[in-house]
Amino acid sequence: MKIQETSSNYDVIIVGAGIVGCAMARRFTLEGASVLVLEKSTDILDGASKGNSAILHTGFDAPPNSVEHGCIVEGYQEYIQIRAKLNLPLLETGALVTAWTHAEENLLEGILAKAQLNGVVDAKLLSAKQTLLLEPELSSQVKAAIHVPREFVIDPWTAPTVYMLQAIKNGAKLLRNAEVKSGEFNGDYWLLKTTRGSVKCSTVINCAGLYGDKLDALLLNKTSFEIRPRKGQFLVYDKAASRLIKSIILPVPNDITKGVVVCRTAFGNVLVGPTAEEQQSRDDASVTRDALNALKAKGIEIIPALANLPITATYAGIRPATQFKDYCIERFDDKNYISVGGIRSTGLTGALGIAQYVFKMYSSASKKHQPLGSPLYPSVIPIAESEKRDWKQKGNEGIVCHCEWVTQREIKKALTGVMPAGSLEGLKRRTRVTMGRCQGFYCSAQLSQLTEGYFKEPIAKPVKGGVNE
Amino acid sequence: MNNIPKSCEVAIIGSGPAGLSTAIALKKQGIKDVWVIERFGDAGGNPRHCGHSPFGMREFKRVYFGPKYAKQLVKTALKQGVKIALNTTVVSIEKGGLLTLSTEEGVKTLNAKSVVLSTGIREKPRSVRLISGQRPLGIMTAGALQSMVYLSENKPFERPVIIGSELVSFSSVATCRHASIKPVAMIEENARPTAWAFLSLYPRLQGVKFLNKTRLVEIIGKKRVEAVRVETASGQLETIQCDGVIFTGQFTPEASLARLGHLDIDTLSNGPLVDQFGRCSDTRFFASGNVLRPVETAAWCWQEGIDTAQHIVSSLNQTLDVNEKNIKIATRSPVIKFCVPQRLSYTQDIKKVDLQIRLTRKAKGLLGLYAKNIKICEKRISGLPERRIIMTISVDEMKLIFSSKENLELRFEGS
Repeated sequence: MKIQETSSNYDVIIVGAGIVGCAMARRFTLEGASVLVLEKSTDILDGASKGNSAILHTGFDAPPNSVEHGCIVEGYQEYIQIRAKLNLPLLETGALVTAWTHAEENLLEGILAKAQLNGVVDAKLLSAKQTLLLEPELSSQVKAAIHVPREFVIDPWTAPTVYMLQAIKNGAKLLRNAEVKSGEFNGDYWLLKTTRGSVKCSTVINCAGLYGDKLDALLLNKTSFEIRPRKGQFLVYDKAASRLIKSIILPVPNDITKGVVVCRTAFGNVLVGPTAEEQQSRDDASVTRDALNALKAKGIEIIPALANLPITATYAGIRPATQFKDYCIERFDDKNYISVGGIRSTGLTGALGIAQYVFKMYSSASKKHQPLGSPLYPSVIPIAESEKRDWKQKGNEGIVCHCEWVTQREIKKALTGVMPAGSLEGLKRRTRVTMGRCQGFYCSAQLSQLTEGYFKEPIAKPVKGGVNE
Repeated sequence: MNNIPKSCEVAIIGSGPAGLSTAIALKKQGIKDVWVIERFGDAGGNPRHCGHSPFGMREFKRVYFGPKYAKQLVKTALKQGVKIALNTTVVSIEKGGLLTLSTEEGVKTLNAKSVVLSTGIREKPRSVRLISGQRPLGIMTAGALQSMVYLSENKPFERPVIIGSELVSFSSVATCRHASIKPVAMIEENARPTAWAFLSLYPRLQGVKFLNKTRLVEIIGKKRVEAVRVETASGQLETIQCDGVIFTGQFTPEASLARLGHLDIDTLSNGPLVDQFGRCSDTRFFASGNVLRPVETAAWCWQEGIDTAQHIVSSLNQTLDVNEKNIKIATRSPVIKFCVPQRLSYTQDIKKVDLQIRLTRKAKGLLGLYAKNIKICEKRISGLPERRIIMTISVDEMKLIFSSKENLELRFEGS
């Protein structure tokens, strides 16, 4: 469906509906701007945002005084403020930065000092004995740890989905399957040509994630950063594993990577990962057997009891890293253009803070808007284990996915409404269907019926003339 | 139909061959209140979507295709007065026989004097096999394909490759044929098929290449499967164009309720740990059928259900000894895939016990059951993986075991 929207002039067009784009759309809408979001994929959260470790960071180990640290702190605070009203879960896990060698143990003091500098004053050093008292299933090889009580786990899909839904509910527009092909700035407004037609706005905000540098180049003929895709693979363990730990188990980071984390998820599983692999491709999120085996060994080294538990799923995410250590957020005044690039590992926490930061940057130069007096709140399907899941409610129309207890009513809801799932992946992120231990053994058949006619890429098609006997 | 009471005598979780036969046998023995809890909208378990024969020879003295056989089981159960609650999921089990259920009307609870886990089995999906590649559409297990074809009349691909060569792998060739899907190849890591050797002729007859000594290395494709990369016997990498991947076999018990509940799990079988009566670590709970181990025929599960029912009746009549002390059967041999039961409970009335054993690889030699270094019994074997091996402990050997009070170890000597 082509559109010609050049008659309406949006205040801002946000390119990219990842976590950052979703938070940006919400912030600008709440501040009173008219917003259009362009997403090239069939659904939101389809790039870097689809595979992360779901941690709400305090920023204890971020570079002090960096833009990233500021955004993490602001993002963290706003999440805690808004989560009750938006029904967003919070697993109050705390984290342990664990040292496994004497060399690593010697680094803990420095990490603690950095945490203090970053305002995380409740972090404290634990002996091996204290660490094991807190986490008895941790390998007894642990030498010492730093306890960071306010590092938490959140639901990485519902949070950004709700940000976008709240934006839409309050007037923002989302166009999917809309890739920006070219753009002109005439000194007053931008005219963007997309795969779904032409659109007009005063300011463009580049939230294109893994393609951020390419969009800059396309629209500005220059870019101040270069995306260097860094892949992270993860293992997801069976829900039975979640009894083994309370805290997020972090390693002592080195220069290259933050290292392999073991933590619970909002859905009741346990996660081991990520790897950190530099690669050329921006969209190849392949898992590889060797890396998965290495993660498995690493997980067992940290929590020996994982050896007896089944793996549920594997996945990989690609972080939009750049040549710089910090986020790359820049305003191009002469072009009414803000580029938000290089939002890597901490984007889930940082997003709300980034949106605030960018709005300040924007409003210091652009026209003033009237913030919404009483914004509307969307309703979403609660999928975290701690929430009021639909299978507990009357009229749920029966469970379809028997591993994650996803009901028929939930699936129907996710396929309709203002932002229906555009693909099986999108449906999975909204409901968790097929994401459990059987990975679709029990529910694929019913799911192929329920989703018929909804996806551009269907799960299956009818057998012509019926099944042969 | 789903008027589930607050309590009942026996609650059976799962309405496959094992669950229904347990229920039927219990009714025949005069147990009044038997409820089978089924999470799907129709009863019968996995045979519902096994569109092949033979089923039912032992149970009904005639040959059925899976779906017909499942219907026959359900009909027999209902005739015996078994009550089946459909669209009802047991979400958790607790000590004392308390089940929490999710129904279309919301959450309910059911308290049972005895509970039977007969939740069956499923295939290992791609994720557990740690296969390289992205996550395109068109990757599924043989069971998922079967239900998609037979229950929903849908097909997810046209030219898939089939990974594995167990019986179910060959059955998926038949499934494909029913839906006019044309598999490109069947891929097996070993030199010969896991199922009977002559079966390797079957795919060829259907125009499907059988590639032995070939290992799946990577799935290629982003939106949909485009090809697979395999490593051949000579170590060369080859690309096979296809639009789907069917992962077959490598069954694993669907024992999540036990694992997430309070019952002990055997890390070899991946099913609940049981004694010779099918009793779990909480003696109010029993297990029967394929949830015990991967994998047996429907007829075997059906017989297991009948045997388990007998023990449940004894347990309800309090004639089955409950003794905290029992004898463990363990193994450290990498050749032994599992041994069920994993425990022997003391009883007054000593009977012979059959150990169900499977191998991890082709092996020839001697299986021995040892109490410390005393050999209790032995069995000479020459077998392949996935083949049924039964080692019988005689009444006299059982007496010896109970008098020695030592835990047992299953060992293998040979090649």
